[in-house]
Amino acid sequence: MRAPSGPADVAVGDVLLSVEDVSLTFGGVKAVSNVSFDIRKGEIRAIIGPNGAGKTSMLNIINGFYQPQQGSITFKGQARSRMRPYEAAFGGIARTFQNVALFRGMTALDNIMAGRSLKMHKNFFWQLLRFGPAMHEEVEHRKRVEEIIDFLKIQGIRRTPVGRLPYGLQKRVELGRALAMEPELLLLDEPMAGMNLEEKEDMSRFVLDVNDHFGTTIALIEHDMGVVMDLSDRVVVLDHGIKIADGTPDEVKNNQAVIDAYLGVAH
Amino acid sequence: MATNAAALADTFPKLLIRNAKLYGSRPSMRHKDLGIWQTWTWAEALEIVRAYAVGLSRLGLKRGETIAIVGGNRPKMYWSVMAAQMLGAVPVPVYADAVADELAFVLAHAETRYAAVEDQEQVDKIMSVMDRLPKLHEMVYDEKRGLRDYDHTHLHPMEEVIEDGRKALLDDPSAAPWLDEQIAAGKGSDPSIILYTSGTTGTSKGVVMTNARSIKAATDTVEFDHLTVDDVALAYLPLAWVGDHYLNYCQGLVAGFCTACPESADTVMQDLREIGPTFYFAPPRTLEALLTSVMIRMEDAGFLKRKMFHYFIGVARKYGDRILNGERVSPIGRLLYWLGDVFVYGPLKNVLGLTRVRVAYTAGEAVGPDLFAFYRSIGLNLKQLYGQTEAFLYLTAHRDGEIYSDTVGPTFPNVEIRLSESGEVQFKSPGMFTGYFKDDEKTAEVLTPDGFVRTGDAGVFDEKTGHLRIIDRAKDVGKLNDGTLFPPKYIENKLKFFPNIREAVAYGDKRDFVAVMLNIDLTAVGSWAERNNVVYGSYQELAQHPLVYDMIAEHVAEVNRSLAADKVMAGAQIKRFLILHKELDADDGELTRTQKVRRGFIADRYEPLITALYDGSSEADIATEVTFEDGRKGLIKARVKIRDMKTEPTARPMEKAA
Repeated sequence: MRAPSGPADVAVGDVLLSVEDVSLTFGGVKAVSNVSFDIRKGEIRAIIGPNGAGKTSMLNIINGFYQPQQGSITFKGQARSRMRPYEAAFGGIARTFQNVALFRGMTALDNIMAGRSLKMHKNFFWQLLRFGPAMHEEVEHRKRVEEIIDFLKIQGIRRTPVGRLPYGLQKRVELGRALAMEPELLLLDEPMAGMNLEEKEDMSRFVLDVNDHFGTTIALIEHDMGVVMDLSDRVVVLDHGIKIADGTPDEVKNNQAVIDAYLGVAH
Repeated sequence: MATNAAALADTFPKLLIRNAKLYGSRPSMRHKDLGIWQTWTWAEALEIVRAYAVGLSRLGLKRGETIAIVGGNRPKMYWSVMAAQMLGAVPVPVYADAVADELAFVLAHAETRYAAVEDQEQVDKIMSVMDRLPKLHEMVYDEKRGLRDYDHTHLHPMEEVIEDGRKALLDDPSAAPWLDEQIAAGKGSDPSIILYTSGTTGTSKGVVMTNARSIKAATDTVEFDHLTVDDVALAYLPLAWVGDHYLNYCQGLVAGFCTACPESADTVMQDLREIGPTFYFAPPRTLEALLTSVMIRMEDAGFLKRKMFHYFIGVARKYGDRILNGERVSPIGRLLYWLGDVFVYGPLKNVLGLTRVRVAYTAGEAVGPDLFAFYRSIGLNLKQLYGQTEAFLYLTAHRDGEIYSDTVGPTFPNVEIRLSESGEVQFKSPGMFTGYFKDDEKTAEVLTPDGFVRTGDAGVFDEKTGHLRIIDRAKDVGKLNDGTLFPPKYIENKLKFFPNIREAVAYGDKRDFVAVMLNIDLTAVGSWAERNNVVYGSYQELAQHPLVYDMIAEHVAEVNRSLAADKVMAGAQIKRFLILHKELDADDGELTRTQKVRRGFIADRYEPLITALYDGSSEADIATEVTFEDGRKGLIKARVKIRDMKTEPTARPMEKAA
């Protein structure tokens, strides 16, 4: 018997999303300047950089929350200069947030169920009834949600309001909600922030499994370099809104510009 | 009558066939999957197990070979045991949370050529020690996730093995008769399972059971507790532990009752509530955790509810146990208890999932009298049993209506018990093991010349009731330098009965006085800290907090008072104690997998602390290596405080003065 091959085993294919020459400014502040990179189908792509490098801005541009002043985004072969968040969502982009953004009073189950709402087609009137097509649809969706609950091993908190859950589990529920959309591209904004070692390892395992099991393409921002180097297939490095490196974890690790950006350089 | 028929079947596969015939449409197994309870009848179980057995034999599993079973309580894991037994192979269950090293030891010692495991975690663990397991050939697994990219030449999903067997049974007309032959060829004297002991005393030993003896023992207990096909049990304790194998697997097959498997280890409490078992086993530790959580939640309840709860729990303490034992109780007492049942005990049992429980057992460790009385007082028929793996569990058990918290009950029917001169309990029982696997020397050590088994436990028969009382491990009972009797476990248990104390380790053998090291219970003490505005950042900080020391000192003083009241024990009062900076953990080898303290190991590991306990210093530094769940190691350093205790005047003050 042979030990499993590494996580990079997923077939990495064509370009799923590419960002070309994108710039974003807030008044006089340049958050992102002339950045270009691509994300290929099936890969785990990390975006790293020191604080204020423009990583989260980049994610927000990808899922249409920010409109860049310049440049274009091509998603699934369709180029557009501006994308609205709902277009991104319908198009198959889901995300999690740096600070958990769940409905705190709702149970874990309901939160994940909320992720399915885009996929529910029966109108309001059918939904009022306890029988008929809307009920049937709900059962189908619940089944998918239960599969996600099983996948993330959160059966024990199905009925717990998420506000009562520890932080690590809330992050997991949030990942569940994003997965419920069955996204083609999953954006994770610091999925391991504030976690202890064990939670980080669990979460890494889930990210790899999502990539492997559902074939989901993943773009993630992360500060823990160990995690980034272990998980990702390719890494893009931003510093002060400018792309300074792009390549495999090993290439990036040894890049002088990256080392300078992280450790500082004598002027 | 079920039990008579059971006597006719001398192997477990034959019992399975009998159950499929007699109770074909009754549930044999339930498991919650994707949030919905799935049920398999006895007839369905037989069909699956037959297909599985053929599938396994097509992978090469043969009569007499061993197959490791590593995983949690899931139907497929139980069926793996059944399928192996059907072929005359011997299943060897291993604790699912065992670290790779322990796993390697058992698999290598049992010479397993096959392993049936639950998921990727177990596959990875076994693969990491592959070089120590040259014999291991094929692995089957239940949960597919994460395993897709693994090399599947010697790795097979159980589903496919079962499907393969099913196809073979359909396509090949000789397959079914061949399997019937295999089942018929199974004899009562064949080994049915090898259970590795948890290793309280050194490395674990493989206890070999036979079909006929196991069935005989289970038939006795099924009769004793009137278990029938209508009963339901929730299997939530480790598969590799004799208790789970006996209570759920063996009794389930003998009585034909339904065994329910929880959705996951985290959902046991909810599953318990949904299934509503009628037969329930819980180690004292679980009962304690349950009570602690109830008490903590009651502290947060509204004024009216809290008052009502405490009032009626008071009523229950007064009358509950007597009503359960069928003693005479005044009409007013009965009325109050009835009201309490409507308002408090009923709903409480419902929340805990204990409403339908007819027979509940606890065993494994001494149970606190308050804890025991609490559950009995709210109407749960909780009893104690005493036994061990070598006996195939039961040696003594409480009879309904004759229950005392400080005894483990009278000798079980068909069991012989005697006490040796040194007070050691020795037995002969119907389910008795045939020997340790590949270890004649150890087997000879525990057997007396006339065929009794030495338990290693020191016990006494209570004069009034005739019940057995276990004091300690026979070899652990020591003496202080002044000759006073020192039973460490007895003292530790007295300490552990306080909810704030999770673990205690007592020292005193060949020493001048008794000293203890304690672990606080994070749930209980944490909640106390919250209510008393004690701020803490970590377990270590909480454990070393002076107010926590004060509180624990009161508990120790109380233990000293109760020891002083007992003439024999009065000299063994605790003179010094400390609270450890970290929780004792099985991963660090400080506890066994069944959560018993390994006193000798702890003494070596915390040597500086022991020295400090006896040299009079008021604090000591300690650095210990800890193992994280993934096997990585780290270092914890701490300064631990030591507290002196006043001892109570002993029963013989005059002699001491002289």
